[in-house]
Amino acid sequence: MNRMNDTFRTGAVDMSHGGGGRAMAELIRDLFHRHLANPVLDQGHDAALFEVPAGRLVMSTDGHVISPLFFPGGDIGSLAVHGTLNDVAMAGARPLYMTAGFILEEGFPLADLERIVISMAKAAEDAGVPIVTGDTKVVERGKGDGVFITTTGLGVVPEGVRIAVDKARSGQAILLSGSVGDHGVAILSKRENLEFETEIRSDSAALHTLVAAMVDAVPGISVLRDPTRGGLASTLNEIARSARVGMELEEADIPVKPDVAAACELLGLDPLYVANEGKLICLCEAADAERLLAVMRSHPRGEEAALIGRVVEDENGMVRMRTGFGGQRVVDWLAGEQLPRIC
Amino acid sequence: MKYIDEFRDPGLARKLAESIAAEAAPDRHYYLMEFCGGHTHAIFRYGVQDLMPENVSFVHGPGCPVCVLPVRRLDDAVELAERHGVILCTYGDMMRVPGTKQRSLIRAKADGADVRMVYSTVDALKVARENPEREVVFFAIGFETTTPPTAVAILQAEAEGLTNFSVFCNHVLTPAAIGHVLGSPDPRDLEKVRIDGFLGPSHVSAVIGSKPYEAGAELYRKPVVIAGFEPLDVMQSVLMLIRQINEGRYEVENQYTRVVTREGNRKAQALVDKVMERRDAFEWRGLGTVPDSALKIRDCYAAFDAEKRFEVSEKASREVKSCECPAILRGAKKPTDCKLFGTVCTPENPMGSCMVSSEGACAAYWSYGRFREPDKSKEAAA
Amino acid sequence: MCLAIPARVIELEDEDIAVVAIEGVKKKISTALLEEVAVGDYVLIHVGYALHKLSPEEAARTLELMAEAGVLHEELAELREGAA
Repeated sequence: MNRMNDTFRTGAVDMSHGGGGRAMAELIRDLFHRHLANPVLDQGHDAALFEVPAGRLVMSTDGHVISPLFFPGGDIGSLAVHGTLNDVAMAGARPLYMTAGFILEEGFPLADLERIVISMAKAAEDAGVPIVTGDTKVVERGKGDGVFITTTGLGVVPEGVRIAVDKARSGQAILLSGSVGDHGVAILSKRENLEFETEIRSDSAALHTLVAAMVDAVPGISVLRDPTRGGLASTLNEIARSARVGMELEEADIPVKPDVAAACELLGLDPLYVANEGKLICLCEAADAERLLAVMRSHPRGEEAALIGRVVEDENGMVRMRTGFGGQRVVDWLAGEQLPRIC
Repeated sequence: MKYIDEFRDPGLARKLAESIAAEAAPDRHYYLMEFCGGHTHAIFRYGVQDLMPENVSFVHGPGCPVCVLPVRRLDDAVELAERHGVILCTYGDMMRVPGTKQRSLIRAKADGADVRMVYSTVDALKVARENPEREVVFFAIGFETTTPPTAVAILQAEAEGLTNFSVFCNHVLTPAAIGHVLGSPDPRDLEKVRIDGFLGPSHVSAVIGSKPYEAGAELYRKPVVIAGFEPLDVMQSVLMLIRQINEGRYEVENQYTRVVTREGNRKAQALVDKVMERRDAFEWRGLGTVPDSALKIRDCYAAFDAEKRFEVSEKASREVKSCECPAILRGAKKPTDCKLFGTVCTPENPMGSCMVSSEGACAAYWSYGRFREPDKSKEAAA
Repeated sequence: MCLAIPARVIELEDEDIAVVAIEGVKKKISTALLEEVAVGDYVLIHVGYALHKLSPEEAARTLELMAEAGVLHEELAELREGAA
């Protein structure tokens, strides 16, 4: 174990790490480059130089400000990597490269930073998508929440594939890749003044290989979206409003894990509005639904895939649901974040 | 989930729906008020209305402590956070309610006030312990269900010798409110509010028992059925009310027998009584001043009474003009009767508490039910 | 109002604290409002406090009544059809 490692385990970020001098160079070399190593990054330039295959390119960027930084099933680092890979994948694209920018708060423990970077490296390696360039800045104590991470992803869309919200049409099937509410509940369980114990882990995961299998089987998929902030309900409403279509869902067909349902009951939350980080929604022609479901269910990220509803004609873009109880309700677009309630 | 899922069973729902349809007399209409906002929420969330025959309607009552909190009290809470620099601990429900000039706790927080959302008074006590140099005020709201936890918190603070913890007490009493809705109809409403029976609150009754409703049922000759919280409980209670109405009875019946008894939770009642006493009168948003309907902290616990520790200014608290929350809370108007509903007043931009509270009639109607009246929802979506 | 849900008591700690569980989700709550509570009891939880015990017998009875409601009408309907 070399001396630099020991320093990282016990030290903290200070202003010199962002100063452009030796301290910063050492941090970059011994923490970031060490763990994130890949041929492009190892070129050692400020900008990354690489080849891209022919085709239409997709690019997506995301800032990550999550708190707590570490939660069951992941951390801000793996979340950032998965999130960007998924954004690129939702366009039907195969992710090729990623970038990662860090804004570190003075005083942030280097050991925690290292844990996060190792986690990102693992997520990137598992996904087969390298992080090829990055940046580090340091802000004064009190001006950051420990660490903020911004990731950008670049991908290429296969020939003949166009996935866009304007392709949503009445009659199409609405598919969901798995249970909803896991991520939000995992985060909430660690939030101050709310703590409860549970085995629920965030579902944070990279979906690009699932998407690749789906697009391969059915190139005519019309819409793909991942229901992150705001949950399934918000994402479906976005699609419906944007495409000026309506939706009719079957509550009994929407998978929710029993412990997620229980946690939501406890806090007065509706799982339809709770964030997910490893799930996707797919709109496809009704005739393709069965085949797509079979493909999804044979992939580790889609084992619980389900047909949850249909797209219908509706200028007003309303999302309705037949409840498990037998009545009807509107699944509305929430004004803001869903807060736990007592009433 | 045990004792939850069984009471949401669609098979039993169909059976109850058939019974209700069979017993509801075809030559009359049944107007049943569900007092409790939780029931409003359940009715809309599960679509219970769809399982009722045409001649059975729910009238949404004022049992939403968030909805009935007078604007003035909310303004006071915001002032405590802003002017006095206390750590204001509040339940999530209150965060977005608009006070005068649309000032809410969440806006105050954005402007730098230390407002913290808590799940329980236990958390508020923890904040007080961890911040001995700051004053911590717990914004207490709620009916009799939520009152005992506040009483326990004050006793706990006293036992621990905490000197920086106090409560801004806005607890209100249910039977008084029900009596007020039934007994002294607003002259404006005389022909509009028709209530044939009451679905009584589930969890208030777990604490106070079913006994307190007996006088009201007798006096106003209206049946009351204490209804459980789940949609099947609501349906069974509707059936019980229809039977009472058909038979000309006006008794207090208990459908929620797995939790509610006639006496309620005596220990909880005693703890509340130790720490709090009745106010002569309290203003309820929408109902006006209702005598004997709220609680304040007893003098012997003045050290824990935020109203005694901190001075709050006299305010000209104002409701938004044209906001029909008052009439909606009384059951005299529906959300769609309000000019502001869906136009100026939306969940994004709530004008009154009925829209902000997740179980306020307007919020429930917007979220779950506005598609039932296509004309209004067209306007709303525009 | 008054969101309260039934949960099973799985552990008792001192100072009026208990651990309850619903489908594997555990939370510490206060039992200060109950006279006595035992592991295995079902209690109604509201804002971090147990408000009341839940009676399994009454719960079963309520469900039975609900189920019967339908049966009686089915029988009556059959009788009417038979008579017609």
